[in-house]
Amino acid sequence: MNELLRVEQLGVVFHAARGRVYAVDGVDLAIAPGEVLGLVGESGSGKSVTLRAIARLLHEEAHITGRVLWQGRDLLTLPARALEQVRGAGIGTIFQEPMAALNPVLSIGLQIDESLRAHTGLDAAGRRARARELLDLVGIADAASRLRQYPHEFSGGMRQRAMIAIALAANPKLLLADEPTTALDVTIQDQILRLLLRLVSELSMAMLLVTHDLGVVASTCDRVAVMYAGRLCETGPTAQVLHAPRHAYTDALLRALPGEGAARARLQPIPGMPPRIDHPSPGCPFAPRCTHAEPRCDRERPAMQDVAPGRASACFAQDRLGVAA
Amino acid sequence: MSGDILSVAGVSKHFVGRRGVLDALRGRPMPVVHALEDVSLAIRRGETLGIVGESGCGKSTLARCLVGLHQPDAGSIAWDPAALGGRPRFRASQMVFQDPFGSLNPRLTVGSALAEVVGVHRLRPKSEIGARVRELLEQVHLPADAAQRYPHEFSGGQRQRIGIARALAAEPLMLIADEPVSALDVSVQAQIVNLFLELQERLALTLVFITHDLRLVRHLTERVAVMYLGRVVEVAETQALFADPRHPYTQGLLKAVPTIAQATRPAGPAITGELPSPLAPPPGCAFHPRCPIAVARCRTERPALLPDPAAPGLARERSAPDAHRVACHLAPQAAATAPA
Ligand SMILES: Nc1ncnc2c1ncn2[C@@H]1O[C@H](COP(=O)(O)OP(=O)(O)OP(=O)(O)O)[C@@H](O)[C@H]1O
Ligand SMILES: Nc1ncnc2c1ncn2[C@@H]1O[C@H](COP(=O)(O)OP(=O)(O)O)[C@@H](O)[C@H]1O
Ligand code: SF4
Ligand code: SF4
Ligand SMILES: [Mg+2]
Ligand SMILES: [Mg+2]
Repeated sequence: MNELLRVEQLGVVFHAARGRVYAVDGVDLAIAPGEVLGLVGESGSGKSVTLRAIARLLHEEAHITGRVLWQGRDLLTLPARALEQVRGAGIGTIFQEPMAALNPVLSIGLQIDESLRAHTGLDAAGRRARARELLDLVGIADAASRLRQYPHEFSGGMRQRAMIAIALAANPKLLLADEPTTALDVTIQDQILRLLLRLVSELSMAMLLVTHDLGVVASTCDRVAVMYAGRLCETGPTAQVLHAPRHAYTDALLRALPGEGAARARLQPIPGMPPRIDHPSPGCPFAPRCTHAEPRCDRERPAMQDVAPGRASACFAQDRLGVAA
Repeated sequence: MSGDILSVAGVSKHFVGRRGVLDALRGRPMPVVHALEDVSLAIRRGETLGIVGESGCGKSTLARCLVGLHQPDAGSIAWDPAALGGRPRFRASQMVFQDPFGSLNPRLTVGSALAEVVGVHRLRPKSEIGARVRELLEQVHLPADAAQRYPHEFSGGQRQRIGIARALAAEPLMLIADEPVSALDVSVQAQIVNLFLELQERLALTLVFITHDLRLVRHLTERVAVMYLGRVVEVAETQALFADPRHPYTQGLLKAVPTIAQATRPAGPAITGELPSPLAPPPGCAFHPRCPIAVARCRTERPALLPDPAAPGLARERSAPDAHRVACHLAPQAAATAPA
C-alpha cells in the first residue's frame, strides 16, 4: 500500500502516582493518502493517547515506544524544529472540545492568522484573503465580521468549523480528528461530518477519525481499527468489519447496540466491567468478558494475523465468529 | 393499564437572562429565554414516552416541571387522582439524571442515602428500613455489600444503578430519566437499558426517557414527542414516527442519525443551519429559517399541534388519544417528501 503515515508497535506508558498505566500497547496502523481511517473503541481504550502520540502532543511523563513514520522519517525522534514543520505543513489536528483548543482572548481571525503566519509565506494582505477563504471553505458565512468575533460568541458547531479552518490553514495532508462531533447535536454532527468528507476529497487529505460511535464509522470511514484496553483488536474495510467482525470484542460491541431487533427486546450487554490497564493481562485483555474465550486466551496474547485481504485480527476465535447468530 | 396518568396543558416556562451593562444603560429589556412554550402532552399510565430534540430545546426544563423542580409560568400539570391513590404529588414522579454522581452525597454510604429517602417519605417503619434498602439494591442488581460503600467506589454504570435505586426508594409511579445512559459506554449502556425494561415490567412504572440517541428511542419507547425551541412539534407512536415522520424537522433529525446499516451519508445535509437563539425565537413556525419546504405563511402564522389529516385510520381523529399530532402547515405535503 502507498502509505502516508505508518505507525509501528506504538506503546505509551504513563508513570502516574498510583503506578504505571499501559495506555497504548503495540499498535500498528497505516493510512494511505486520501483515506479516512476510523479508530473506534470505548472510553479509556487508548484512542486519544494514540492520536496524541502520533502528533507528539503528549507530556513528558509519558514513555513512548515504537515508530511513527511520516515520509520516511520517525516523528518520535524528530528534533523539535523539524517536528514543528511537519506539524504545520503535514499534519493538522482537531479535538472534541474546540473551546479548550481555541484561545478565548484572541479573535478567530487572529488565531487563523497565527496559523497562516507560522505555516505559509503569505504577507498580511494574502493572509487576510486566505482567512476569509478558509471560513468560506468550512461553511461560516459572513466571514468579515465573523473573523472579528471571539470563540465565546460562536456556537459549538461554529467553533468546530473554526477549529477546522485553523487546522486547514497550513494545507495538511493528514487531519487527526479526535471525536470532533461527540459534543454536538446529531444535526450539527451531520453537517460537520459532511464538511470533513468534502474537505478530504476536495483537498486530497487523509483523516484519522477517532470516535466511539460505530454509526459514525459506518457512514464516514473507508477502513476502521477497533481498540480495546490499549490494544488493536482488528482492522479492515469498514463494511466488512462491521458486518462480519473477526474479533470477539467487535462482535460483542455490535451486538450490544440497540439495533433493528424487536422493539423493547432486551439488549445484549457485554458482561463484566471495562478492563484495568494498570495490570495488563498476559493474554487477551477481553478474556474476562468474552463469551468465546478458550483457556489459552487468559495466558497467551493473540497476535495480529491477516484474515483476509486488507483485514487483520488479533483473536483466537477469528474463524468461529459470525457462524451462529 | 390505559388512561392518562398526567396531563400537561399549555405549560410555558421562561427564564430571565442576564443583560450587559450597556444594554441596561440603554434601557433594553431583560432578555427572556423561552425554554418552554405552550406545551401540551398527555402521559399514559405504564407507557414509555421518549422526548427528543436538539440541545437547548427544553427537554430538561420540561422534565423539571414534571417532577416539580420548576414551577411553570403558565399552564397546568395535573395528575390523575385515581392513579395517585393518595400519594403526594412530589413523590409520584422521580428523576434519574445523566450524572448520578452529581446528585449523590459523596459523604453518605449508598445504604444511608437510600435509607434517608425511605425515611423522609415515611414509607417504612424504622425497623424495616434496612430490609427495604436491601430490596432496592437487589432490584437494581447491586450486591448487598454496596450499602456500606461510598459513591466514588463505583463505576459509571453502577452509579447509574444507585441513582435509579434512589429514585425507586420514593416508590414513584413515574420515572423521568434525563439522558440516563448518555455518559456510558455502549456495553454498559445496554445493561442500564435492560434494567429500565425490567423495572417497568416488575413495578408497572411509567417512564419518560429523554435522550439525544434516536436509535435508543426507537428501541425503548412506545411514543415519542419531538421538541423544537421549547415546543412539541410532533408526537406519535414510536413505530409510526420512525416509519412516517410528518414534521420536516423530525424528518431531518432522523436522516441525520448515522446508522451501522448505512454505508454512505445520504446526499445533502439533513438539516441546514443551527438552532436559533431561544432569546428570540423566529415568528410564525420557529423552524421556518431551516425548513426546506417553508412557504410565506410559515413566517407569520404559528402552526398548531393537530392530528395529521393524512395519517391512517384513528390516528387522524382529533379526539383520538393515539393521534399522530404534528405542528406544520404543510404536514400532508411534508409526508410526500419524507425520506424513504
Ligand atoms: N435556570 C435557567 N436559567 C436560565 N436559562 C435556562 C435555565 N434552565 C434552562 N435554561 C435555558 O432554557 C433552554 C432550554 O434548556 P433545557 O436545559 O431544558 O434544554 P435541553 O433540551 O434539556 O438541552 P440539552 O439537550 O442540552 O440537555 C435553554 O436555552 C437553556 O439555556
Ligand atoms: N496523562 C495521563 N496520565 C495517566 N494516564 C493517562 C493520561 N492520559 C490518558 N491516560 C489513561 O490512558 C488510557 C487511555 O486514554 P485515552 O486514550 O484518553 O482513551 P480514549 O480511548 O477514551 O480516548 C485511560 O485509562 C486514561 O486514563
Ligand atoms: S482472543 Fe480469546 S478472549 Fe480474546 S477476544 Fe478472542 S476469543 Fe475472546
Ligand atoms: S409550518 Fe412551514 S416552516 Fe414550519 S415545518 Fe411546516 S412547512 Fe416548515
Ligand atoms: Mg478520547
Ligand atoms: Mg437537558
